[in-house]
Amino acid sequence: MSDFLLEMIGISKSFPGVKALDNATLKVRPGTVHALVGENGAGKSTLMKCLFGIYSKDEGEIIIDGKPTQIVNPYDALMKGIAMVHQELQPILERSIAENIYCGRFPTKPFTKVIDHKKMYEDTEILLKEVKMNFDPKVKLSTLSVSQMQSVEIAKAVSANARIIIMDEPTSSLTQNEVDNLFEIINSLRKKGISIIYISHKMDEILSISDEVTIMRDGQYIGTWDAKELTIDMIVTKMVGRELKNLYPPKSNVPGEIVLEVNDLTSVTEKSFKNINFQLRKGEILGIGGLVGAQRSELVEAIFGIRGIKKGTITYKGKLIKIKRPHDAIMQGIALLTEDRRATGIFGVLSIAENVSIASLDQYVDHHFILNNKKIEKLVQDNVKKLSIKTPSSKTKIQSLSGGNQQKVIISRWLANDPDIFILDEPTRGIDVGAKYEIYTIIADLAKQGKSIVMISSELPELIGMSDRIIVMCGGRVSGEVSREEATQENIMNLATKFA
Amino acid sequence: MGKELIPNKDRILKFIQNNAITLGMILIALYVGIKEPNFFTWDNFKNLSVNTTTRFIIALGVSGCLITKGTDLSAGRMVGLGACIAATLLQKAGSAGKFFPSLPDLPIIFVVIITLAICGVFGFTNGAIISFLKVPPFIATLGMQTLIYGICLVYTGAVPIGSLRDDYTIVAKGSFLGMPYLLIIAVVCGILLWFLYNKTRHGKYMYAIGGNESAAEVAGVNTGKVKIKIYTLAAVLYGLSGILLAAKAGGTSVNMGLGYELEAIAACTIGGVSTNGGVGKISGILIGVLVFELLKISLQFLGVETSYTYIVQGLVIIIAVALDLRKYLAKK
Repeated sequence: MSDFLLEMIGISKSFPGVKALDNATLKVRPGTVHALVGENGAGKSTLMKCLFGIYSKDEGEIIIDGKPTQIVNPYDALMKGIAMVHQELQPILERSIAENIYCGRFPTKPFTKVIDHKKMYEDTEILLKEVKMNFDPKVKLSTLSVSQMQSVEIAKAVSANARIIIMDEPTSSLTQNEVDNLFEIINSLRKKGISIIYISHKMDEILSISDEVTIMRDGQYIGTWDAKELTIDMIVTKMVGRELKNLYPPKSNVPGEIVLEVNDLTSVTEKSFKNINFQLRKGEILGIGGLVGAQRSELVEAIFGIRGIKKGTITYKGKLIKIKRPHDAIMQGIALLTEDRRATGIFGVLSIAENVSIASLDQYVDHHFILNNKKIEKLVQDNVKKLSIKTPSSKTKIQSLSGGNQQKVIISRWLANDPDIFILDEPTRGIDVGAKYEIYTIIADLAKQGKSIVMISSELPELIGMSDRIIVMCGGRVSGEVSREEATQENIMNLATKFA
Repeated sequence: MGKELIPNKDRILKFIQNNAITLGMILIALYVGIKEPNFFTWDNFKNLSVNTTTRFIIALGVSGCLITKGTDLSAGRMVGLGACIAATLLQKAGSAGKFFPSLPDLPIIFVVIITLAICGVFGFTNGAIISFLKVPPFIATLGMQTLIYGICLVYTGAVPIGSLRDDYTIVAKGSFLGMPYLLIIAVVCGILLWFLYNKTRHGKYMYAIGGNESAAEVAGVNTGKVKIKIYTLAAVLYGLSGILLAAKAGGTSVNMGLGYELEAIAACTIGGVSTNGGVGKISGILIGVLVFELLKISLQFLGVETSYTYIVQGLVIIIAVALDLRKYLAKK
């Protein structure tokens, strides 16, 4: 009998242009909480998706209870005792708690095969008590909070007799009370012999809840340690794998006069941002920190005209401006690199040339309506050279490039408009470490040229390393501001959880 | 470099996979041609190309909707509307049962403009409903399909319209230097749309919306405006096709154009316009329409009963879309 409940050995997985996992390993003992840590893009989520049957691994072996196992899809994973509480929960909002828990495996009456509602509700009630929820099983999911939905997901895992529960950033949008509650649930699951694979960026949480810690970097396995032997500094050093000093390019930008002023900006959506005030200077890199759910993306998307504003003003170069659609923002000289490149950035099936030129076609028109393809090609070639975009040709479809090169293509798209303000929402998300440095260099260069940068980042080292000044948001409000000199991971985290 | 590295065998296999329907149809045509000596004749070819013209114009219209991940189910009924409006305004003076007995002979160009404008208004409405009310194109145009049919019934009283003026029917029957007028009109439409799709901002925005509508919006594209233009232009093309079809048949009724939208969508899909959006070329649409017409003629030559040809056509549509989606299924 093996000491381990789960062994993943030598797992590799490639996507077009990126090797996401390279010989990764994870060994989990029964009845333990096993933390899986690494920077964004280290391959944690990919590894878990291979385990849960969402991705099929290219190489490697998954062993459960000492027996090699193939997992073909999430249902198969569930049948083999593996459940996942997703980073972004995907509940069926308009159905009841009970139906969400039993969807796909409803209890039925013996002969007619009609759903046995009585049994379903009774069982659900017992399950909910296990996760410390006092709710009617018939309540619709849409009436619950994020943390309650998460508890429902955990109840679902328990009901499927899961022996391994994967939790991907479970506390990213929870308050401290909710986190404590979650930890209580985790502890009771652990006592029952269930293993938890716990993915998180919050080091203090990891050290307080986990028994063992596996660290990954660039898709590779770095090692596994007893949590008691580790300190936050040790984890960070092992995660990053190099001195933090050389991660960011030297900066020589000099912040000048105020170009953008946001006053009392409030979203039309009740639970989104409210009463936001900040200023942005010429040639300044302004960081926006905060936890997931702090409404940072919502704020910049509202400034860019994607979302609605209930009240408040935006003053740009001394003039009040009204932005109703992205087009208005672009005309003012504002650019937005969105957070989710795939959803709102790239045109996957279109070429590099089309992806670069789409926002600036007005400049490349002869006789009022005929596009000048020669000029467009020159624009594309100039940018490919300037940002060293690695692509076979300008006609290559953007979806075949790596994340970093895709990001550079979208930056080129905005450069073509020569905007004065760049809003960058998680500019290095899902990008290889090497390409990150190139993106930082581009950002530093832009600031040096006198462009103003607003950069949202959930990676604290990046935020501190790049920003001249950082405002921190919590629960839709600005909870504080720190200068580059006084910025530390601790004081930013404190501000980010200020109203929790 | 990358492309040359793929072995020849795989490339041939890939080509066959990507063009399965087209290749299959060509094989059928060859088989029919060998069995029926009358198949490969000049007359039959001319017949095929003239039949293709009106369908090609409809397919051009619907292609813009498909490229933007939409669809237009009102196409066929719009063809009928165009045909009925033009026909009622271009009947012979003094003929029995003339729709507007005291209507003088109007200039044809004037009637064409009126017809296209009316169809354009309905197309604009389609676009506006889809863009502003956010009704899914499938539902919006399904509703419009029925609505237009109703309007057409009310307008004509369900009476067939014949005795069209000779200077009108000549549009379909005449030719210039041996080239049928219909062919010339279709070629001109094809060239204009090729130009629109490849050389203008409108074209680029259209492909961008199909590729990723949210990203297009963020890049400053006024997606609503572009879609309205697409649906308006589509309706104008259906109207034009209706005018030509009525001239070709020498008359029309409310049933003109029934089911043409499905044939046009099928032809586009066979020709590589992806139902996943963002992809589609004019040359592909032409091939798709030709292949579909070839199928119909082949079945006719084989003596297959009309009722059965519907079954075959239905199957071809489903297979074409299924094959197309296979190309884009996420490879996990």
